[in-house]
Amino acid sequence: MSEARQPAAGPALIEVRGLRTTLGGKVIFDGVDLDIARGRITAIMGPSGTGKTTMLRHITGQLAPDAGEIRVDGRNVPALSRNELFDLREKIGYLFQNSALLTDFTVFENVAFPLRQHLKLPEPLLRNIVLTKLQAVGLRGAAELMPSELSGGMARRVALARAIVRDPMLILYDEPFVGLDPIALNQVLRLIRTLNDTLGITSILVAHEFAAVSRVADQVYLIAGGKVAAHGAPAELARGESPWTRQFFGGEADGPVPFQYPARDYALDLGFPAAAT
Amino acid sequence: MSTVIDPKRPTPRRDPSVIGDALAQVGACGLFLLQLLASVPRSLRYFKETIRQVWFVGAMSLAIIMTCGLFVGMVLGLQLYYVLSIFGGTAALGTVVSLSLYRELGPVVTALLFAGRAGTSITAEIGLMRATDQLAAMEMMAVDPIAYVATPRFLAGIVAMPLLACVFNALGIFGAHFVGVSWLGLDNGTFWSNMTSSVDVWKDVVNGVWKSVAFGAVVALIAVFQGYTTPPTSEGVAYATTRTVVFSSIVVLALDFVMTAFLM
Repeated sequence: MSEARQPAAGPALIEVRGLRTTLGGKVIFDGVDLDIARGRITAIMGPSGTGKTTMLRHITGQLAPDAGEIRVDGRNVPALSRNELFDLREKIGYLFQNSALLTDFTVFENVAFPLRQHLKLPEPLLRNIVLTKLQAVGLRGAAELMPSELSGGMARRVALARAIVRDPMLILYDEPFVGLDPIALNQVLRLIRTLNDTLGITSILVAHEFAAVSRVADQVYLIAGGKVAAHGAPAELARGESPWTRQFFGGEADGPVPFQYPARDYALDLGFPAAAT
Repeated sequence: MSTVIDPKRPTPRRDPSVIGDALAQVGACGLFLLQLLASVPRSLRYFKETIRQVWFVGAMSLAIIMTCGLFVGMVLGLQLYYVLSIFGGTAALGTVVSLSLYRELGPVVTALLFAGRAGTSITAEIGLMRATDQLAAMEMMAVDPIAYVATPRFLAGIVAMPLLACVFNALGIFGAHFVGVSWLGLDNGTFWSNMTSSVDVWKDVVNGVWKSVAFGAVVALIAVFQGYTTPPTSEGVAYATTRTVVFSSIVVLALDFVMTAFLM
């Protein structure tokens, strides 16, 4: 699980080139280039507010960038029509930070939802597929529960089962470790690794827990200040010497990422114009 | 001495303009209506969902509609009996009650009750689905949330409202009959025969049904729009629910005036 593996030599599944995004007047990405290798687990890390989730929304076409190319499996996402986008999304699993289970449906129906919407499967076959996926996340016994009866860790595993129910080529995890106790964290880590290895799914992981990420990711991109600050295997990055990597992986409170939100002169704000220089 | 709040410092938000914001809302709501209408063919795939929503907004509103219809009818019976007795015209009670119910009170009061009972629950439900990323999750599963969530509720409002208004009218006439005939001693035959001879199916009953179809569309549109565009916070959902009731009531009453003027 902790062995560092080299990125695959084949063509990348996702290529991001020259990505520029401004949201609400704030520059999020200022020329980002990324390659996500097929069949590997790639983590996108960075301080809060650097646009990690925005990157996932770009890749899935929920949000169009100002400029740049995002090629997923050879198709440029920002240029796709809505129908083409939906075709692409049928091959992508997306794990939401808050699981986003449909609260009207049982666990079973939540996992069955993508199948019922897109395929006309005979009921016994559908039932077997759903139960297999629930078994994979260890929740076959919880099939008849409602989402409100699940703990946070269980809800995330159900969401994971739903994300893989159509055997996607790519799965995106948005902050999968937030709010999990150590047991649930280990379960989710093991699931991510197992799914990746057994089903050959390409995985993208957005997180900021370096300890957890380094146990599962093959490749890490550190995004800070609108650019890729560093990338490589987790072990390489931990030894990195750039100020960004030192601050982020060392957990220093101040550095290239400032502690203070941008503000005007402190003395002026307090009403001492004479003290301002 | 400089103050912390500096008027020359550029404000981060644009100046609020009440009229501009209201017009922008109306425009956005109109565009949303076009999206809803365009997605009607796609939402036919989710026909079961539409049926479920008709049950939810219609059948679940029956109790309040029936209770209120009964009381409105009973009050009408009392008030009109008193007024008509001044002119010695109590025989016209059935006619006056049924005409006021079919033409005005049925559609309008039902629409106002519907906004409070079903409209708010539609707004809160969709707003919470937005806040908990359920709509985004549908997008990611390649399911169009407009066709799956919004349009079935919109169609359900159009279907349920006229049916509810008819139930309201029936209970209202029953209430007036109870007060006028059973209680105040009006002749049963007079009550019914005067009513049937002066109520016209097309001019009175059907015009009332058209009104309630229009009100159903308007209330359901406002409820779905408010829920769909609410900011994903608890405060946002609370405001959206309030706005559903306020806007629905205003629009229903204004539209009632316009439709009455044209349908007379």
